[in-house]
Amino acid sequence: MPDAPGGTLYRGREGMWSWVAHRVTGVLIFFFLLVHVLDTSLVRVSPEAYNAIIGTYRNWVMGLGEAGLVAAVVFHAFNGVRIILVDFWAKGAKYQKVMLYVVLGLFVVTMAGFLPRHLMNVFGGGH
Amino acid sequence: MSTQIETPRSPYTRRKTTRSNYELYGWIFMRASGVLLLVLIFGHLFVNLMTGHGVHSIDFAFVGGKWSTPFWQVWDLLMLWLAMFHGTNGVRTIINDYASKDGTRIVLKGLLYLAFAVIVVLGTLVIFTFNPCPPGSPADLLPSFCAA
Repeated sequence: MPDAPGGTLYRGREGMWSWVAHRVTGVLIFFFLLVHVLDTSLVRVSPEAYNAIIGTYRNWVMGLGEAGLVAAVVFHAFNGVRIILVDFWAKGAKYQKVMLYVVLGLFVVTMAGFLPRHLMNVFGGGH
Repeated sequence: MSTQIETPRSPYTRRKTTRSNYELYGWIFMRASGVLLLVLIFGHLFVNLMTGHGVHSIDFAFVGGKWSTPFWQVWDLLMLWLAMFHGTNGVRTIINDYASKDGTRIVLKGLLYLAFAVIVVLGTLVIFTFNPCPPGSPADLLPSFCAA
């Protein structure tokens, strides 16, 4: 153990890192949500204004950003279900580590379904 | 022997607390809204990014087409409100955890609640006051049903 002054409450391993990842992805999604409502609000200004700003989302840099955002949402969603099971399922706490690996497995499967199609849309050009 | 020992098996009375159950309801809300948001957001992402040409299909006409049906208006309204409450409560928890100075905490939470109010009011107004066929706009930018 590192000899930090006063020690540390952080225990590492699956429990702590999934908690850290849940916070980081949550904050990320929240700030995107604020921006996303603002950009969508431009439909109220004019079709030209909305199309101009949404056009920037088709840029490949933004396309990769969207992939990262979807990854954050998918992890947060599946790990959220894990948290609910830890809280409400009698054996939840006992299987919290196993459930994290199930979450990661489902995450990989979901992203494998999403990424190829999304990246083809982003790099293949739709229009 | 003056020590008085309490009568065993006397009924336990909970000390009256002045606190409310606010945090308990918040905790339950995070779980209930989380499950709903999983369905709403996965549906949103699938329809917007996986059907048609994905992100390349999204323009004014696409949004106009969706919000001309009450189904997507209600879907997006629910998503907006639940996500904003869920996200604001999450960030509130994080501020409470890490901002130890009273002043910092008050300022950060003030900004958070301001952002919450602005985004929820703006988003709700946009969903319900939106006109998919604004007069004077070029027809090729509008949903196809505007021509009818």
